[in-house]
Amino acid sequence: MLSSWPILSIVTFLPLIGVLFILLASGNNKSSEHNCKMLAIWVSSFTFIVSLILYFGFDTTMAGYQFEEQVEWIAGSGISYHLGVDGISMPFILLSTFLTPLSILASWHSIKNRVREFMIAFLVLETMMVGMFASLDMMMFYLFFEGVLIPMFLIIGIWGGPRRVYAAFKFFLYTLAGSVLMLVGIMVMYLQAGTTDIPVLSDFNFPPELQYWLFIGFFASFAVKVPMWPVHTWLPDAHVEAPTAGSMILAGVLLKMGGYGFIRFSLPMFPDASVYFAPFIFVLSVVAIIYTSLVALAQSDMKKLIAYSSVAHMGFVTIGIFTLNEQGITGAMFQMISHGLVSAALFFCVGIVYDRLHTREIDAYGGVADVMPNYAVFFMIMMLASVGLPGTSGFVGEILVLVGAYKASSLVAFFAATGLVLGATYMLWLYRRVVFGRAEKGEVIRMPVLNNREITILVPLTIFIVWFGIYPAPLLDVLNPVVALISEAVSNTQMATANLQ
Amino acid sequence: MLYQAIVFLPLLGAAVAGLLSVRQQHWPAEIVTVVGVCASFLLSCFAFYHVALLHNPVTLDVARWINSADFVANWSFRFDTLTAVMLIVVTSVSSCVHIYSIGYMHHDKARARFMSYLSLFTFSMLMLVTSDNLLQLFFGWEGVGVASYLLIGFWYHKPSAHKAAMKAFIVNRVGDFGFALGIFVIFYLFGSIEFDDIFSNASDFSNTSIVFLGFELPALEVAAILLFIGAMGKSAQLGLHTWLPDAMEGPTPVSALIHAATMVTAGVFLVCRLSPVIEYAPFALDVITVVGALTAIFAATIGMTQFDIKRVIAYSTCSQLGYMFFAAGVSAYPAAMFHLTTHAFFKALLFLGAGSVIHALSDEQDLRNMGGIWRKIPITYSLMWIGSLALAGFPFFAGYYSKDMILEAAWASHSFTGQMAFWLGCAAALLTAFYSWRLLIMAFHGKPRCSAEVFEHVHESPPIMILPLIPLAFGAIFAGWFGYQSFVGYDMSYFWGDSLFILPEHHAMEEAHHVAEWVKRLPVILAASGVGLAIIAYLIIPSLPARVVSMARPIHTLFFNKWFFDELYDLLFVRASVRFGRFLWVKGDKQTIDAFGPDGLSGLVLNGSNKLSKLQSGYVYHYAFAMMIGVVMLLSWYFSGFGR
Repeated sequence: MLSSWPILSIVTFLPLIGVLFILLASGNNKSSEHNCKMLAIWVSSFTFIVSLILYFGFDTTMAGYQFEEQVEWIAGSGISYHLGVDGISMPFILLSTFLTPLSILASWHSIKNRVREFMIAFLVLETMMVGMFASLDMMMFYLFFEGVLIPMFLIIGIWGGPRRVYAAFKFFLYTLAGSVLMLVGIMVMYLQAGTTDIPVLSDFNFPPELQYWLFIGFFASFAVKVPMWPVHTWLPDAHVEAPTAGSMILAGVLLKMGGYGFIRFSLPMFPDASVYFAPFIFVLSVVAIIYTSLVALAQSDMKKLIAYSSVAHMGFVTIGIFTLNEQGITGAMFQMISHGLVSAALFFCVGIVYDRLHTREIDAYGGVADVMPNYAVFFMIMMLASVGLPGTSGFVGEILVLVGAYKASSLVAFFAATGLVLGATYMLWLYRRVVFGRAEKGEVIRMPVLNNREITILVPLTIFIVWFGIYPAPLLDVLNPVVALISEAVSNTQMATANLQ
Repeated sequence: MLYQAIVFLPLLGAAVAGLLSVRQQHWPAEIVTVVGVCASFLLSCFAFYHVALLHNPVTLDVARWINSADFVANWSFRFDTLTAVMLIVVTSVSSCVHIYSIGYMHHDKARARFMSYLSLFTFSMLMLVTSDNLLQLFFGWEGVGVASYLLIGFWYHKPSAHKAAMKAFIVNRVGDFGFALGIFVIFYLFGSIEFDDIFSNASDFSNTSIVFLGFELPALEVAAILLFIGAMGKSAQLGLHTWLPDAMEGPTPVSALIHAATMVTAGVFLVCRLSPVIEYAPFALDVITVVGALTAIFAATIGMTQFDIKRVIAYSTCSQLGYMFFAAGVSAYPAAMFHLTTHAFFKALLFLGAGSVIHALSDEQDLRNMGGIWRKIPITYSLMWIGSLALAGFPFFAGYYSKDMILEAAWASHSFTGQMAFWLGCAAALLTAFYSWRLLIMAFHGKPRCSAEVFEHVHESPPIMILPLIPLAFGAIFAGWFGYQSFVGYDMSYFWGDSLFILPEHHAMEEAHHVAEWVKRLPVILAASGVGLAIIAYLIIPSLPARVVSMARPIHTLFFNKWFFDELYDLLFVRASVRFGRFLWVKGDKQTIDAFGPDGLSGLVLNGSNKLSKLQSGYVYHYAFAMMIGVVMLLSWYFSGFGR
């Protein structure tokens, strides 16, 4: 019965209904602000619950698209309203719907002006994110993909820190510059294939020379989103200026758009180019891992440090994807989901102490364990997950990526594995400076312990991080069939090219 | 079920104690963890009986863990003789340490948390030794690393403590880097990381070569050496040893359990566990022998000169681990495991005894401020004697059997590296006896050098800290005699079964029983002379050490400063990487990427949009503007004729 419902459309557009209600709630007084918050949290929580249908109704034996909906958009144009999920996109949709209510809850008190608009921006953001992952049509994908930028741009630009305008523009320019090239690519593909339907395009054999150019066009867009070195410098600025909730979603979901794009478009549509460019991407990723890890060591701003660590972690993702083998791609997917949870949690951890002390300077803290013991425990778990400790979700992704990388090239695995050491260094050092020691500064001593709202946010994140570390099967079962399909398709092309030569 | 309970009872204890620690309920936490670990010990005895004595090795599949195509790692357990021996060592020492901690940590406000960490460590260690595949072993491996990190940094107020904790974790990570790569090589070769698959196919790959980092190298050598790098990190072997002495910043029970008896021996366990692979890697075996032998002598030279009672014992541990490794390196795995077992008992005894001394002297750790207290704490004193006699290898004490076995095996291996290990091991035996008695004399004899107030206060530890030492003392006295026949004697091959593998052409183990008489006697003679030297230097002519030091100033400086490893690493890695990171950030990110990229561009756009925003303001407008640029570019490109 449920299968006849347009679940994906519902999940995508439910938040917009919330927006409608918020718009209806008039007045600018305190109570209406509170109502807006309550509306936003209820709508996004409900969206999450509905989106669970996607997980529990998901057929893990199938590699293809499920929950498909298709309506012709412009007659005869080959452009349609086409939604559907497979093992690649479904986890991302759940990640988005899971993190949105948590982020809204995280900004409960820290957002003080224009609360209504903030909640609207967040719900629109959710629609855009879910829509992007659910789209099976290039045009729709592009609209959502670009659409995500607007609310995030506003969140940074309006509710951000002192240098928010600079950060917002940097974020915007970088990502837009990439997107324009992708739009060109989409146009070319449409002219070639006569459709923008993603499943059709995935099976369409583009001539290799064209593939190279298309790959570059898409790469420009995705590499910025990931972000890959050297187009990563927007990320630290964006994170530093963004409000806590913005950082959580930015690191949690928006960074995954690039990785998702690579797996959804680059590998199946441009397999020859993917094989051709893989070494180039390995180099960029390895540089990213080592370079940004070292840069993270030099940071004195907590958010910047974690932002740089994100770049390093995403370096593992891009390596995993372009190993083109099953372990690598599965690992990359897993790493993205895990990083989505862990980095959101880490940014929230920073937000917690920022709310209390209004500074992100590491040196301003020290001895937090004394005054906030529970916080120290949660922060420790997140820190260890970020370091990739076995038993946390961070390990599963990292180890699979490295296994895949070793298959592709021992050199890549060797340099990527240095991330194990470097990652531990900057995270442990951060933790040591913030949490350990004796609380001596007056402001630190007066910091209140975690409140229930903060614990409510941290507990579910912790549960999933540990659960996926100990029993990742629920996620791996979803990933394995479709990853097998993708890597098989790529390796077939690889062999075909080898035979031709 | 019983077998799983061995592993999971301590975890349960840790979880419950962790929750209790939030509410500051110390007694329940102590009881829960002690009961959990002691129950685990009793079950381990049962497992030992069934697995090792009755020869019923068991493997248990519990649940799925990570699977992706042909890469499969399950939660599964393997109970064979090797595991059973480790189970006994880990759970028995852990039980003693748990009970001892109740007394030792009595004044600490966070002792529930401490007990929770101890049990968490025990769980991780048990996961490590019971694992049936490399990845789960890695889980335990990292788990003990984290527990060690938490426990070293337990007194997180002390900067030296959390610095040491971080150092331990990161130096171990360097080893784990090798370990992880080793796992990848193994998987690449065997297509599996399950021990059964690896062990049964190892011989097929003895002549295979792989390309590693661009070099074509023998496959198993590469795998073995990479995994050994992991072992070096965990077992504090030369080069990756720097964390162990600093780890003494943790509470003393931690040093006894983790940094003497169990965790640091994980590397030796790993090498023994992988004997079916390493046996086919002769070069790796040589490397292991050399590293082990060098560590044995190197750590002993430092141990001689240190004044912190715990650091002396820490370097001694480092040195003894070196013995175990070179035993493994000459294919005398049973001897390595034998020494591992006896060492666990007498070293834990020594550490806990040292803890009693520290406790008695109101937290004084410096040997220079001790002395003259032996009459006041006679039980601790005699227990320290037992530990030292066992460590020095005096006849009929535990260390005598195991250390002599190792040296004899090294001699009997007839290889160059084996001979070298033998001579270095003998020299280290002399030094071992010397620094052990130096410690005993400085701590207990002579005139009291502590303040009168402290001296007044010196008292024997409460029964709860003495009782756990008794079984350890029994182990230190009788473990060698008791285990000799099974571990390394005539029942050896029957006892170990398939859990250790030695190629038929590697016969150091058999020949060790037939070496010349002088080879057997030499270590004892050296140990006795070491004791004699210490007595002369520190009891009879107390001015002698100072004179020797001033005579051999450069050598003493080198030894006393731990061969300057810390300074070297600090210069080469720690400061260099932070400085390099800052360089990349400022010169790379800010002055190159940003300056030429977005800042230049955004300057242009900001200027442009500022002018435009005079017409209309608002961020959405900016977006539209930028979007327009895109559309215009696209259209002009489209109409320029492409695709027609």
